[in-house]
Amino acid sequence: MIPELGHFALILALLTALVLAVAPFAGAVRSDPRWMAMAPSAAAGLFVFHLLAFACLAWAFAANDFSVLYVAMNSNVLLPLHYRIAAVWGAHEGSLLLWSLILSGWTLAVAARSRSLPREVSARVLAVLGFIAVGFLCFMLFTSNPFARLLPAAIEGRDLNPLLQDIGLIVHPPVLYMGYVGLAVPFAFAVAALAEGRVDAAWTRWTRPWTTIAWTFLTLGIAGGSWWAYYELGWGGWWFWDPVENASFIPWLAATALIHSLAVAEKRDTFKAWTVLLAIFGFSLSLLGTFIVRSGVLVSVHAFANDPERGVFILAFLGLVVGGALALYAWRAGRLAGGGRFAVFSRETMLLANNVLLTVAAAAVLLGTLYPLLMDSLGLGQISVGRPYFDRIFVPLMVPLAGLVALGMLARWKRDRAARLAPLLGVVLAAAAAGGIAAALLAHSAAAALGAGLALWIAGSTVRSIVERVRRPRDLLRLPRGVMGMSLAHVGFAVTLTGVCFVSVLEVEQVVRLAPGDSVEVAGHDFRFEGVHDAAGPNYRARRAEIVVTRKGRPVARLAPEKRTYAGQAQQMTEAGIDPGFTRDLYAALGEPLGGGAWSVRLHYKPFVRWIWLGAILMAIGGALAASDHRYRRRAATGGIRDPLRALLGGEGAAPGAERP
Amino acid sequence: MSGMSVDGIRAGETRNGRGGASRRSGVKVSFLVPLALFAALAGLLYSGLQRNPGVVSSPLVGRALPAFVLPGVRGGELRSEVLREEPSLLNVWASWCAACRVEHPLLLRLAASGEAPIYGLNYKDERGDAVRWLDRFGDPYRRSGHDRAGEVGLDLGVYGVPETFVIDRDGGIAYKHIGPIATKDWEETIRPLLRRLRKEPR
Repeated sequence: MIPELGHFALILALLTALVLAVAPFAGAVRSDPRWMAMAPSAAAGLFVFHLLAFACLAWAFAANDFSVLYVAMNSNVLLPLHYRIAAVWGAHEGSLLLWSLILSGWTLAVAARSRSLPREVSARVLAVLGFIAVGFLCFMLFTSNPFARLLPAAIEGRDLNPLLQDIGLIVHPPVLYMGYVGLAVPFAFAVAALAEGRVDAAWTRWTRPWTTIAWTFLTLGIAGGSWWAYYELGWGGWWFWDPVENASFIPWLAATALIHSLAVAEKRDTFKAWTVLLAIFGFSLSLLGTFIVRSGVLVSVHAFANDPERGVFILAFLGLVVGGALALYAWRAGRLAGGGRFAVFSRETMLLANNVLLTVAAAAVLLGTLYPLLMDSLGLGQISVGRPYFDRIFVPLMVPLAGLVALGMLARWKRDRAARLAPLLGVVLAAAAAGGIAAALLAHSAAAALGAGLALWIAGSTVRSIVERVRRPRDLLRLPRGVMGMSLAHVGFAVTLTGVCFVSVLEVEQVVRLAPGDSVEVAGHDFRFEGVHDAAGPNYRARRAEIVVTRKGRPVARLAPEKRTYAGQAQQMTEAGIDPGFTRDLYAALGEPLGGGAWSVRLHYKPFVRWIWLGAILMAIGGALAASDHRYRRRAATGGIRDPLRALLGGEGAAPGAERP
Repeated sequence: MSGMSVDGIRAGETRNGRGGASRRSGVKVSFLVPLALFAALAGLLYSGLQRNPGVVSSPLVGRALPAFVLPGVRGGELRSEVLREEPSLLNVWASWCAACRVEHPLLLRLAASGEAPIYGLNYKDERGDAVRWLDRFGDPYRRSGHDRAGEVGLDLGVYGVPETFVIDRDGGIAYKHIGPIATKDWEETIRPLLRRLRKEPR
């Protein structure tokens, strides 16, 4: 009964989404306020129906209702309750539902703030979001219904993929989807602007906070995925350039470019058509990424062909949304020509270079990701490009990007002179060079020197640009949050860069055969293998090793890597044993048993690996700060839609934001 | 206060925007580029949809397995003769091959069930990557030969990775499957074939 209720809620959601997609847009075209006024209530209904459907599916998992096919495929009685709930988004159908739920949440958020927008704009934006929801709901209802019944019911479910039985699964997909789907909002704003044929400073000011919030979630989601892969996959890597990771990284690169080009569009009234195009790209890429991951088109062309119905649907929807937006762009972008002229040496130029580098990087990663498909279509066989391609392409793009951060922050708009910047950056350059030389001497590596130098260059120039703005220390707290956020995000970039560079260059890895009592030295640490014993979890059996780590005779850590076998699964899972640290991680993973109590064991010394995620957290905090800048919370233009929703949601955005002098 | 500044900016913008619109309106070719790129991408994805990998038949089916000796990924070596000891599977894989991960759980189940010996041909791969991949995802193979340069793959007419050959007792190639093995492929084609081959007298 409850699953039918969920199914019915999805159908109601589809009908509501149809209303949301059509009525407000028609109202905007015909300038009919009554039709436009339907948007907020439709958005609220969309969210409520999604929430109901989601709750019904969660209930089916919690109650072990194995007459629901999706539950039977992805859960079983032994699975702990929190994983049963997280299993809702553990596979295809449920993750689509989560996607759609989050989209409806963003739609509601836009509706709640719609009073600060002219009603034509908010009507168009909400209609575009409604249209996207229609596509997803149709996809779910017609090809991937999570509530499909299995009759007769299964007595016991298959298990959730053991890889996904982890705190990472509970947190990672929702955060990542918040980012993916959040990019739908700038996309909707871009389409609305094209439909209206106008992009102005107000438009960029509306679009910026949404973009920044989505980017913040995407940053956290990607970093979380990387961290999860690091400790859960037992491989010791933190980034694999695998299609699934790339699918989230490509939109991130586009969104990063968009954040920077929005800054130019707002301040200088230029880059307008380009900014709109980036906003379209950002969401199109996240849509492409979601579908690539969900449909398996890239994991295998072959798997896709097994389910042609889904594939055709996906492609048709992608063509409608992306193709439609780009056609609109081709038609209307000519009207968006901007005014602001700028000299060759100016902040505009620096941010243009930033955009070029980030866009090229996104295109290169996309090309590498789609390469097997491309080759296959040309009849050249299925050829994958792996890490060597990505490293070779990506690093040379990131080095100038890192170098440009300083100039982008310090150069003036319109026109500047190198002679003015030279004295400002002299100290920073000297510090970066000194740091680079120190790293070269300590680590005997040119790459580490370059990484350390660039990181110091970014951090130093960030400090320098703040010093430029504040004369007295107490002014520091009065800095606009936008500036604080930007500075923090740039420092975060420097921190991540340091982590990536040091761990890539200086990591020590050893694969050794260890019998109980044996010890081996890795990067100054003695790892003593105490042997392996049996252990049991709620739904798995494990072989757990004890490894005692000492340094110069003093105990440092005990590591307990495991090999797990989950009930009902043939595949063994490797759980790494990790001793985390600010400047280094010690990492051990069990390989194969070699007889006589000996095992092959992989030991890693990973310098600064945590900095990769620490930097991402700083970037995310920076994003959240920037998005909360008072500027964006200004009270609205006249003519907004008055709705009860705002009162419902607290309406704190309605308070007039303090305008800084 | 704030309302005024919004209006002030908007008034300025509007003037600018209108000026721009009257200077250059209409469709510029460069604005069509993104649409054209997307159309090409959609075409690519569509052709991917239409592709049925099963239709490429191997001219090698029915012929003898080419003789080879390869160093093993985890040491030792893989000789083509061992595949003739009983009907077995030769699975072409690589750590860089995303599609291999799709069929991997199935291979692990087959290996655990012992229905047929599975040998691996690690195609155009770095040995370290291959070992790590096996550690990470599990090793269903009795042994994997390391075909770094892809020479044996060339002899076998490997068209893409993954591919799976069914080898009979005479060392003949009884069947070739292109792409990941789905449960259906295993149950409807490969398992019955292996059963038949096992019953055949030597």
